[in-house]
Amino acid sequence: MTDSKYFTTTKKGEIFELKAELNSDKKEKKKEAVKKVIASMTVGKDVSALFPDVVNCMQTDNLELKKLVYLYLMNYAKSQPDMAIMAVNTFVKDCEDPNPLIRALAVRTMGCIRVDKITEYLCEPLRKCLKDEDPYVRKTAAVCVAKLHDINAQLVEDQGFLDTLKDLISDSNPMVVANAVAALSEIAESHPSSNLLDLNPQSINKLLTALNECTEWGQIFILDCLANYMPKDDREAQSICERVTPRLSHANSAVVLSAVKVLMKFMEMLSKDLDYYGTLLKKLAPPLVTLLSAEPELQYVALRNINLIVQKRPEILKHEMKVFFVKYNDPIYVKLEKLDIMIRLASQANIAQVLAELKEYATEVDVDFVRKAVRAIGRCAIKVEQSAERCVSTLLDLIQTKVNYVVQEAIVVIKDIFRKYPNKYESVIATLCENLDSLDEPEARAAMIWIVGEYAERIDNADELLESFLEGFHDESTQVQLQLLTAIVKLFLKKPTETQELVQQVLSLATQDSDNPDLRDRGYIYWRLLSTDPVAAKEVVLAEKPLISEETDLIEPTLLDELICYIGTLASVYHKPPSAFVEGSRGVVHKSLPPRTGSSESAESPDAAPSAGQAAEQPAVIPAQGDLLGDLLNLDLGPPVSGPPLAASSVQMGAVDLLGGGLDSLMGGSGFTAPGPAAPAAMGAPLGSGLGDLFDLTGGVGTLSGSYVAPKTVWLPAMKAKGLEISGTFSRQVGSICMDLVLTNKALQVMSDFAIQFNRNSFGLAPAAPLQVHAPLAPNQSVEISLPLNTVGSVMKMDPLNNLQVAVKNNIDVFYFSTLYPLHILFVEDGKMERQMFLATWKDIPNENEAQFQIKDCSLNADAVSSKLQGSNIFTIAKRNVEGQDMLYQSLKLTNGIWVLAELRIQPSNPSFTLSLKCRAPEVSQYVYQAYDAILKN
Amino acid sequence: MLSQPTAADPVAFRAAQPGAEAWVSALCSHPTWSPVQNALKGIAEKMIHSLFLINCSGDIFLEKHWKSVVSQSVCDYFFEAQEKAIDVENVPPVISTPHHYLISIYRDKIFFVSVIQTEVPPLFVIEFLHRVADTFQDYFGECSETAIKDNVVIVYELLEEMLDNGFPLATESNILKELIKPPTILRSVVNSITGSSNVGDTLPTGQLSNIPWRRAGVKYTNNEAYFDVIEEIDAIIDKSGSTVFAEIQGVIDSCIKLSGMPDLSLSFMNPRLLDDVSFHPCIRFKRWESERVLSFIPPDGNFRLISYRVSSQNLVAIPVYVKHLISFKENSSSGRFDVTIGPKQNMGKTVEGVVMTVHMPKAVLNMNLTATQGSYTFDPVTKVLAWDVGKITPQKLPNLKGIVNLQSGAPKPEENPSLNIQFKIQQLAISGLKVNRLDMYGEKYKPFKGVKYITKAGKFQVRT
Repeated sequence: MTDSKYFTTTKKGEIFELKAELNSDKKEKKKEAVKKVIASMTVGKDVSALFPDVVNCMQTDNLELKKLVYLYLMNYAKSQPDMAIMAVNTFVKDCEDPNPLIRALAVRTMGCIRVDKITEYLCEPLRKCLKDEDPYVRKTAAVCVAKLHDINAQLVEDQGFLDTLKDLISDSNPMVVANAVAALSEIAESHPSSNLLDLNPQSINKLLTALNECTEWGQIFILDCLANYMPKDDREAQSICERVTPRLSHANSAVVLSAVKVLMKFMEMLSKDLDYYGTLLKKLAPPLVTLLSAEPELQYVALRNINLIVQKRPEILKHEMKVFFVKYNDPIYVKLEKLDIMIRLASQANIAQVLAELKEYATEVDVDFVRKAVRAIGRCAIKVEQSAERCVSTLLDLIQTKVNYVVQEAIVVIKDIFRKYPNKYESVIATLCENLDSLDEPEARAAMIWIVGEYAERIDNADELLESFLEGFHDESTQVQLQLLTAIVKLFLKKPTETQELVQQVLSLATQDSDNPDLRDRGYIYWRLLSTDPVAAKEVVLAEKPLISEETDLIEPTLLDELICYIGTLASVYHKPPSAFVEGSRGVVHKSLPPRTGSSESAESPDAAPSAGQAAEQPAVIPAQGDLLGDLLNLDLGPPVSGPPLAASSVQMGAVDLLGGGLDSLMGGSGFTAPGPAAPAAMGAPLGSGLGDLFDLTGGVGTLSGSYVAPKTVWLPAMKAKGLEISGTFSRQVGSICMDLVLTNKALQVMSDFAIQFNRNSFGLAPAAPLQVHAPLAPNQSVEISLPLNTVGSVMKMDPLNNLQVAVKNNIDVFYFSTLYPLHILFVEDGKMERQMFLATWKDIPNENEAQFQIKDCSLNADAVSSKLQGSNIFTIAKRNVEGQDMLYQSLKLTNGIWVLAELRIQPSNPSFTLSLKCRAPEVSQYVYQAYDAILKN
Repeated sequence: MLSQPTAADPVAFRAAQPGAEAWVSALCSHPTWSPVQNALKGIAEKMIHSLFLINCSGDIFLEKHWKSVVSQSVCDYFFEAQEKAIDVENVPPVISTPHHYLISIYRDKIFFVSVIQTEVPPLFVIEFLHRVADTFQDYFGECSETAIKDNVVIVYELLEEMLDNGFPLATESNILKELIKPPTILRSVVNSITGSSNVGDTLPTGQLSNIPWRRAGVKYTNNEAYFDVIEEIDAIIDKSGSTVFAEIQGVIDSCIKLSGMPDLSLSFMNPRLLDDVSFHPCIRFKRWESERVLSFIPPDGNFRLISYRVSSQNLVAIPVYVKHLISFKENSSSGRFDVTIGPKQNMGKTVEGVVMTVHMPKAVLNMNLTATQGSYTFDPVTKVLAWDVGKITPQKLPNLKGIVNLQSGAPKPEENPSLNIQFKIQQLAISGLKVNRLDMYGEKYKPFKGVKYITKAGKFQVRT
């Protein structure tokens, strides 16, 4: 008598038969029929046609039958909204049932039916259930509020359910508290700016108390909620940590990891000198290790998180290397993660053990794993200098095995070792050369060719070796071709007499017979270089290379800090901030680690340092302004040629003000405008106070502002908006974004009650304050408004990416328009990357993420370009002059933490610049280019 | 602020002309300005959206949707990953697809594939899926496709009970069993005669008390409490016989059948061994911190009281040693195989249930071996050699020896096979952990108490 019997009827009239059975008078038959319907549902069969018949069975006192009908309803109610209404009466009745189980079941099911019409009927029963005497009903009702909010948020607010939910946080029953927290955090997620979970020391205390008592799942919700709290000082942080630590011993790994997140975050606030800090560090290791004895899927997620934790705080697990040793029967995804962590933990103290292990892995069966193990040996050599020699000899041993893919991987990593330790291990080149013929992968071939070229003077038959590659030049991949070209040029510069013919050959192959622009360009550059100035060629081609370092595979610190806040989430598995997978993540708020308090070593927090520095600089700038005044009058409005652009921008403003000129012309024309918030103030102020304004402005100048502002354009023509015309532009000043609007009333009646709202957009732009129009707008009057924006709104990827949909309302109607904002308003002030970091990141971003653009008709020189761009928070990190062209290396950071790296090539005689952009989110490149173009041309 | 319009506003807003873009119409249809997220309802789903159960041949044999129905086609991404992984064990647990994330576990030859639409803690999902599998095991005696199909209605009821709107509701087996009775042959017969159901119609008593894991009114005629201390040794032994890595994964599984609300205290002779422990929620953490005593009101029936890890090298004794000689001759199609297993550090107890499995290199065609004890099999397709040794008697050590036949012309295998060893030692916790005493408070009767120890091999491998 098993349920499989319900699957058996597959003949023609199945639905018909079921219909008859559902309408049978016999209770037992009815129940059997509903079971058959459910069975069909479980295998994905569409039985929605039976909706009315199943709903008819709902009026019953048999709990099992009721449950089954409810199960069915949840699945199909959405596709049959009109029919679902039929069920409402029963729901309402069941919410009054004396049995709490039935009350809870009804309120729960009702919330699952995502039909707008039902929600209206839901409110009253829900309100009762939220105050039900039985905690089981209350906790179910708490979840129902979240469900309802998802269907109709406003209704939930209007009905005051949010307040009731907040009250439930203080419920006497911990399960109710846990569900209330879960529901509130879910609602808060879609309302990032709302202060729903008003976390203060009192409510935190309540949560901590509930934490000890509620179920494991509730604990996860509470811990995740705690992680969003910002303790006011290190003492509060410590006391929360103390109360969270016991969760580390929980059997549920998700509880453990959520607790780890809270601790990792709050630890940031504790001074390292504190005894407690050391205790906490010690307590973190065992639970992390324990996660590795769980099921492989759990291990995988744990390992991805441990990977972040060891980068942030390597001291936690430094003695636990052995638990990451790979077991023969671990699934491959676990093996690869363990390997990665082993390398991160490798140090002089344990390198011998690690190497022995890696060598063992290199003889395993799984090819991917073996390759990664061989690569790991190379990474160890680069990371732990003392071990380099041992690593090289291990690699040589592996090459001796002659296993093809092992040899190839070994050669690739040996190339990196050469770059890290030049002139140290070249004795192995002979062995490498023996294996030349077996290399069939582009990366290995390219590596080998690089080695031959780089050490051509020590390899007697270097020319023969390279010549042998040249035969199949056109069949090679680009990587190999480029490398071969460079290697032969190197060889020629080292041994010019014997290799003239060879170099001719490769240059003509590269320049004449190839369709690949990269290859051709490189070929021509070498060719001209060699023919005009061989000495310079030598300097360029044989220049000393920067040493590579191990940091290339580390996650950059700001991203790492953000990811630490996301421990345990999908973001931590993908090692990307949630904003990087925009779709599906709603209302992403950027999280950052709390700054350290109560200790002097605040320099550890990268975010805090620069702003403090800027603040300190400020006063120094203002007195200097007096000197500038003298020069003001002589300045023309053209783009500044030298000097910091910010000074220039302020100067213009000042000049205009002093001269009594109207600002309107400047705003509409080209050039820099005043810092946003100051502009309207200046307009309204009497001209005599120009000097005062100037001082206001310099405040902005001191903090690096003055980004380019496009002229205002008409966004909403009066025709489309019953007489309201809106024009505007965007600006970024002193780290804040503004939407500068002009509202003009072209209608015959007075307009008032203005309000504005944005749709979700790619970067979460949202008004930071309400739209303030102080007086009603009379006909033919216009008003200028600067609306401050922030980027903590809801996020949704738009197409185009910088599209912003805006709704404006007044007393007449609501109007909608959409506009494109220039991306540079999102370039943040701390977008200057460390040089080392830049190199590493540039290398690390795959080539397919690189995008190239031409900026035409721009006559600025490199310095002017760089200062102009800096005004808009595009920072030049390095400038090089290569073969007469200026290369600018620049970085910028978007408000959501996305870094964009740029290489700008400027040829003195050519008004077209080449811009190469690299970014982990390549879709922004196009818009960054547009921003460059706009800034440089204005 | 816009999001809280004044009372007069709604009318004006509702009057806004329909049409325009999609989000706009959604915004208009709401009586207010309430943020636009409602326009994107489809995206705003959370937690576990749907669950698919898939067998090894790739058939979806059960689907459950907690929200709207997601098409089965979403599983195509999973099948793709499965194909890529070749081995079923190697399917990555988190897969991203254009609109969803698939988080899966593989248990008892079944893939539990959950569909997720937003940022959600993956461990939460994985833990939950394991809990689902545990529950099936608990209810049906096995977690298999047949068992699930045979009880599909109960399965559906269980899934509904376990998760509401993405929030786990009841996952404790004690509570579930009160809400939904597990099937028994007797009950289904009785039900079919009396017409009663297997759905409990009263609220589970434990669900909302501060001890949600225990129901009230438990009654036994024989009151018993059993504790099994089970330790598994995970170890990697290198070629030369020295230990590369070893640790003990221990658990104390309990079977408590005590009436009323017993309050138990379990103490150990050497509690200092336990410095890395995970507790069942019933254990009072403070007591453990201060006194190193496990104090708890137990759930009724079987449950895992604690799990622990002992890793410090000197505490992990390795109870067996393996002498091995596996070699393949260059340019010849044969090799030698000679393995002996012997006891070591086993505290005078017998090592039994010894099984050795070896995954031989691909080039191995066949093996001609003689075992002095037990029997061996070699599967020429999977290349797995399994030797069932049985008990080790120190007087006559078991040995397996003979010739390995290789594919002719194939190169000498590079990789050396690892030997996986299983064994069991009764009446011994290899870490030395010993229960001191069990005290019961809160009830008057005298329970029967028992402790059993057993040591097993976990992931125990010897490299050659």
